[in-house]
Amino acid sequence: MNKKECVAMLLAGGQGSRLYALTNKIAKPAVTYGGKYRIIDFPLSNCVNSGIDTVGVMTQYQPLVLNDYIGNGEPWDLDRSYGGVHVLSPYQAKNSSEWYKGTANAIYQNIPFIKRYDPEFVLILSGDHIYKMDYSKMIERHKATGAACTIAAIRVPLSEASRFGILNVKDDGEIYEFEEKPQKPKSDLASMGIYVFTADKLYKYLEEDEANALSSNDFGKDVLPKMLLSGEKMYSYTFDGYWKDVGTINSLFSSNMDLLEGRAFESDDGGWRIRSRNPIAPPHFIGKEGKVRHSIVSSGCEIEGEVTNSILSHDVIVGKGAKVRNSIVFAGARIGENAVVDYSIIDENVGVGKGAKIGKENSEDKIAVLGRDINVEDGAVVLAGEMVDGDVGGGL
Amino acid sequence: MSALGLIFSNIHDSNMPELTAKRTVASIPFGGRYRLIDFALSNMVNSGITKVGVITKSNYRSLMDHLGSGKDWDLARHHGGLFILPPFEGQNGSLYTTRLEALKNVSGFLSKSEEDLVVMSDSDMVCNIDFKPIIKEHAKRNADITLIYVGRNKNSIAKGAYLSIDDGRVTGISFDDNAGENEYTNICVIGRAFLLNLIAEAVARGSNHFIKDVLQPRLKDLRIMGYKHDGYYEEMNSLQKYYDESMKLLDADIRNQVLKKASVYTKVKDSSPTRYGDEAVVGNSLIADGCVVEGEVYDSVIFRGVKIGKGTVVRNCILMQNTITGEKVNMNCIITDKNVVVKDGRNLSGCENHPFFIAKGTVI
Repeated sequence: MNKKECVAMLLAGGQGSRLYALTNKIAKPAVTYGGKYRIIDFPLSNCVNSGIDTVGVMTQYQPLVLNDYIGNGEPWDLDRSYGGVHVLSPYQAKNSSEWYKGTANAIYQNIPFIKRYDPEFVLILSGDHIYKMDYSKMIERHKATGAACTIAAIRVPLSEASRFGILNVKDDGEIYEFEEKPQKPKSDLASMGIYVFTADKLYKYLEEDEANALSSNDFGKDVLPKMLLSGEKMYSYTFDGYWKDVGTINSLFSSNMDLLEGRAFESDDGGWRIRSRNPIAPPHFIGKEGKVRHSIVSSGCEIEGEVTNSILSHDVIVGKGAKVRNSIVFAGARIGENAVVDYSIIDENVGVGKGAKIGKENSEDKIAVLGRDINVEDGAVVLAGEMVDGDVGGGL
Repeated sequence: MSALGLIFSNIHDSNMPELTAKRTVASIPFGGRYRLIDFALSNMVNSGITKVGVITKSNYRSLMDHLGSGKDWDLARHHGGLFILPPFEGQNGSLYTTRLEALKNVSGFLSKSEEDLVVMSDSDMVCNIDFKPIIKEHAKRNADITLIYVGRNKNSIAKGAYLSIDDGRVTGISFDDNAGENEYTNICVIGRAFLLNLIAEAVARGSNHFIKDVLQPRLKDLRIMGYKHDGYYEEMNSLQKYYDESMKLLDADIRNQVLKKASVYTKVKDSSPTRYGDEAVVGNSLIADGCVVEGEVYDSVIFRGVKIGKGTVVRNCILMQNTITGEKVNMNCIITDKNVVVKDGRNLSGCENHPFFIAKGTVI
């Protein structure tokens, strides 16, 4: 059997609890972004575009939608007879069965999967970020430096550096210190949670980590510091494109707005196209009284109202006289006649009744969120910043 | 009863010479993101047919490109799936010219198949037909052939066949324009073994017209039944008709019947959603993915990847894939084929009863 040079392992099991109602029923990597994408489209497309055709996706929390979405990997050309995308869920073994205890443990439990392809390198990814990155360049650097581990890093404002894992590096990029969320950061180089390991080193340190009962089985907290302490050669790889964590309501909102404003990237960039599973839907229709300005609209939408500064996923219906402003509306949502939606995120298949009022103008810091499948009755009000995951009754 | 599908992709190519200069009638773009054959194929797939042969004749590169392996119609299969049936050269070095000759060419495909029935369809029409009840009716009435017809369309340019129906049975077929109310759609259900016999017999007799030579003379001894389709059905038999029917999609009822009642599958492109700029104004228009709209669009059908520049006003137009308009362009009643470029400041106008057509790749 021929081997694969690099296998990618994508950690997609996180709950994403800071996305509240949006991740009650689905895992974070399955959350919609930019109208037609889901967060996981970015790492998956990056893999394919970087020439990596073997990807293990570790799922755990609410995997139904995510598993369905990934399917056989066909939209990403990852339906291969050797390699391709594999969904790896926690499993029951003869003597034990356990959930993934941490990021390192998730990979540890899937070492047999990796070893099937006998790769030289293992690329560890997460499903939390929006970015376009050529992993092959990072792997080239990993080879050139002969490191045991290479960590992708991005420069962040020093004022925000304490939210990240910070790398302190020498001039040539060799890491001499790793600080997880430091109070007083010494550098502005933040870890992106993307690692390339030389496979043998990865197996060794994961096995040691597993044997250590005190470990929390986390790459950032346990495995990487341990490797550094053991004197392994570790390098940073600096990335300077658009990269945004979408782990909170506010960051998800602002990242979508980055796309709308052209601050993120051209999403149809032919050279580095982000692929996704396409819905079967006709072109969208804008009615006689419909108005659409400065917005992104996907297929299947029917717009009779007004849409401004917003992103609409497929099959969204906006009724007559309704106003959708500064908002993100996921697939299949229905905005009733004369309803007003401002600074809100409306999840899939939500029904907003006639004349309802969701969110409030000028409230960028207080985004209203309506969770999947709920109904908001005619005339009901959802205040700015409110997170709703159950049906909302009518006014008064 | 199991059925396979058979689609004629080149029938009536000559009706729309503008649009078929470089493609088959089957691959004419329609409705913002589809090709005409998507309707015939989706009808079959939605009716549970999982094996479809597409009969080709000429200029079928774009059709092959569109169909690929058939996976977008769930027809990439180990068992059954999509079969492209390229033409055989005839005895005198010519390609087939009639439906019977085309069928003769594919008798190998038919005889190797195992399905009981064949659903035959042209690809120059737009409709949403469920064959399941028709197949049921075909079996129940013990029919040899079931011809699907529609109520006479007053606007249609007469060229088709008209059926006389008595208690569901076809008692007459006429090509006389004044011959009645029931217009044959060129869609029929027929037993596979029976069809093979008809073809063999027709070859032996040297007949060449399926209706005139095969069906008409045998109305009495064959059980030829009619089935009326009541929903939307239109043949694209002229550029004007194509324009009018495209514009009808702006009507919510028609759109629901044609595009939404049952899924219409088509080749998937990974286009990003459409972007609207600060000055965009759009009314009563159907707009596909991957467009960038900076100007004004009214009463139009816009295909994938079209760019409308700032200050440009588009009215009553059909702009096909990757049409690019510059700034301050005025367009009215124009049909652009793919990859047309209209430069800044141009004024182009046709008329609603005579839309102006701009050929593929033209730069104006």
